[in-house]
Amino acid sequence: MLVYFLKRLAMVVPVLFGLTVIVFLIMAMIPGDAATAILGAYATPENVARINQQLGLDRSLPEQYFIWLGNLLQGDLGRSYSLNRPVLDEVLERFNATLVLAGAALLLCTVFGLLAGIVSAVRQFGWTDRIVTFFVLIGISMPSFWLGLILILVFAVNLRWLPPSGMFAIYGGGGPLDLLAHLILPAVTLAVVATGVIARLTRAAMLEVLRQDYIRTARAKGLTERRVIYRHAFKAALVSVIPVIGIQAGFVLGGAVYIETVFQWPGIGRMLVQAISTRDLLLVQGGVLVVAASYVLFNLLADVAQHLLDPRLKS
Amino acid sequence: MTGISRVLKSTLAGLAMAGFAAFGMQPAQAQTPPNVLIVGQIAEPKSLDPQAVTAVNDFRILMNVYDGLVRYRDGTLEVEPALAESWEVSDDGMTYTFKLREGVSFHDGTPFNAEAVEFTFERLLHEDHPYHDTGPFPLAFYFSAVDEVTVEDEYTVAFKLNEPYAPFLSNLAYPTGLIVSPAAVKEHGSDFGRNPSGTGPFKFAEWESNAKVVVTRNEDYWDGAPSLEAVVFRPITDANTRVAEMLSGGIDLMVEVPPDNLSQFADDQNFAVYEQAGPHLWFLILNMKEPPFDKKAARQAVNYAIDKQALVENVLQGTAEIAAGPTPPAFAWAYNEELEPYPHDPDRARALLEEAGYDGEEVTFYVTEGGSGMLDPVAMGTAIQADLAEVGMNVNIETYEWNTFLGEVNPGLEGKADMAEMAWMTNDPDTLPYLTLRTQAFPDKGGFNSGYYSNPEVDTILEQARRSTEQEERAALYQQMQEIVHEDAPWAFIANWKQNAVTTAQVENFELQPSFFLLLKDVAKQ
Repeated sequence: MLVYFLKRLAMVVPVLFGLTVIVFLIMAMIPGDAATAILGAYATPENVARINQQLGLDRSLPEQYFIWLGNLLQGDLGRSYSLNRPVLDEVLERFNATLVLAGAALLLCTVFGLLAGIVSAVRQFGWTDRIVTFFVLIGISMPSFWLGLILILVFAVNLRWLPPSGMFAIYGGGGPLDLLAHLILPAVTLAVVATGVIARLTRAAMLEVLRQDYIRTARAKGLTERRVIYRHAFKAALVSVIPVIGIQAGFVLGGAVYIETVFQWPGIGRMLVQAISTRDLLLVQGGVLVVAASYVLFNLLADVAQHLLDPRLKS
Repeated sequence: MTGISRVLKSTLAGLAMAGFAAFGMQPAQAQTPPNVLIVGQIAEPKSLDPQAVTAVNDFRILMNVYDGLVRYRDGTLEVEPALAESWEVSDDGMTYTFKLREGVSFHDGTPFNAEAVEFTFERLLHEDHPYHDTGPFPLAFYFSAVDEVTVEDEYTVAFKLNEPYAPFLSNLAYPTGLIVSPAAVKEHGSDFGRNPSGTGPFKFAEWESNAKVVVTRNEDYWDGAPSLEAVVFRPITDANTRVAEMLSGGIDLMVEVPPDNLSQFADDQNFAVYEQAGPHLWFLILNMKEPPFDKKAARQAVNYAIDKQALVENVLQGTAEIAAGPTPPAFAWAYNEELEPYPHDPDRARALLEEAGYDGEEVTFYVTEGGSGMLDPVAMGTAIQADLAEVGMNVNIETYEWNTFLGEVNPGLEGKADMAEMAWMTNDPDTLPYLTLRTQAFPDKGGFNSGYYSNPEVDTILEQARRSTEQEERAALYQQMQEIVHEDAPWAFIANWKQNAVTTAQVENFELQPSFFLLLKDVAKQ
């Protein structure tokens, strides 16, 4: 088990290294540069050259990359020129906000996805199943940024129950209740698609397990239906659902890009959008690195959990 | 089996309770605190170092924290004294001597004096200045005419220019010319932009990244303390979310309201809508190096063919006015009142196209997806394409993202495109024509004349106007220039944008300025 874990961990390094090279190349290939973004209409070749020189962007691409890599190994991600502060400070601060949002969304989609999947499998072709399946279909099909806007319109503008944007109240805010009030709308919006996906897969996995002989045996032994479903069927189904939850964690992180923009959540997704449009290479690198690392980590954790749950994989 | 439903139901109920409890605790959700103004900004500021920034969004904060030597008189683009009480210009127009206001302090407590002025401009302009590395300073070229800044005595400072340069005073009123506290720059170095100190009506208090910038009342302000206790600037990048915050009471003032929402606010007595035309021009650059626009008749035809009334009324929904020529009317003193916009006259356009010998060849039109001051560029571009098709022009649109677009347009249109959208917002009537209409401003000479307009008469007039120190003489020259350029039609003149803002009914004494700066000193909130 430990060997497997270490092996997987060692594979993370080349993945992240390759990723930084790709991001570097993409940022170099897309037209426009940081100096043009800073100067806007005033971007004469002369002014651009001056700014590029001041930002160190007049060096060759490999040179820029290796300087960045060298600094990275010393824990320095460089300085963002669009925000005029160290990339590491910005990335960590923003990533915390994203973790809160993505964590809440992941919790919601896991709980409701599993529950909905179980219920609809147990009541296959019944009314409950039809209703759940219908909502799951809507959830999966709905563009989440649109859902976000509708939720803002209903719950913030019309009903005034919840704040429309931000993470804390601007004045006199702070504290867990304030955070919770700001978190509900974006977390629900972000969770909807993933809930649908998890519900579908849980339903399928449960249906398959419920047809197995040992379930019939368990029922024949006279166990309560509840015990059959939770102790026997659900635990077996969970093994095939867990990797999907790991993948959904990645989608939730990716979806945060839109949702954070709609709800002005101060997370890393919104930071990346802004960093790309201002061609802030170092900020993009830092942000992508952290998001990718956490994505890989989530999947690793899902794999480990699967190993722990599935006796067949233990050897 | 009922057990499962019960679990689901109780979980749902529990979550709903938790949710209600959470917003039940937030009764004051819709109320912003009294005497504190909350402003919805369009983006997170880059920096609060006035020399380091280029965006209007950042200027809106800076103009309330710093002062310049001069400022624009309320409601105009003409300069009046600010930190300088008076000034003298030498007869050759090369030396400006300022007498400074005495007894003014920076927010950090250090005194404002001639040395602070010298420090501000030496840091901006001289690469060997010990604090030049706190930059980069992208708009330093606003003061490239400055040769030397000398301290004559504690409250007298002289600027020596390398050539007569009339826009100098007006550039001093621009954010790039705001005076910074030398002590604060020395203390914070590169982080000065996050720890700003000026002499303005509000003091910097707090910057919480991506949430708010807070400034508080400067009780000792030399021009009278402001009425507001504090101002909070909130970055809300998404326009729809900004509107939602305004409607739900999360902000007191928002700028750059989408045209679609403006009428909704105008009809609601809980809100007040403000509009102000500014020094902005939206135009089409025509490529004069290649057919068809190497002929004046073809260029005028485009001006006649475009239905500008429909553009400002339907596409821009009244958020802009029709432009008559290259100079926006906001520069009242330099604007030629006699200039009339090209009327919408398709027949005339057809006749002119025939005269120019245009035979339906394809015309390439660069359109951007969006950018600073570009309004609604895709919708405007397609409307223009349709107007030109109406008179028989075969226009092919190529759309680019803003940074890419600038990378294509600024080096010149030759060999690539026949026309391109463009918009400028400037602070002096000199800037736009000087950078975009002179022969010496062709892209290969470092200017922005991407359509290669060249008229020796205009070249002479613009040089002359820049060297003159008499405002009346400059005004006459600019008016003459507008007439010639209007006739030569190197551009299609389309629109002057009106800046807009919405406040809640509790906000008083708010005015938009033609400079597009947001000045909050006199604003009050009930």
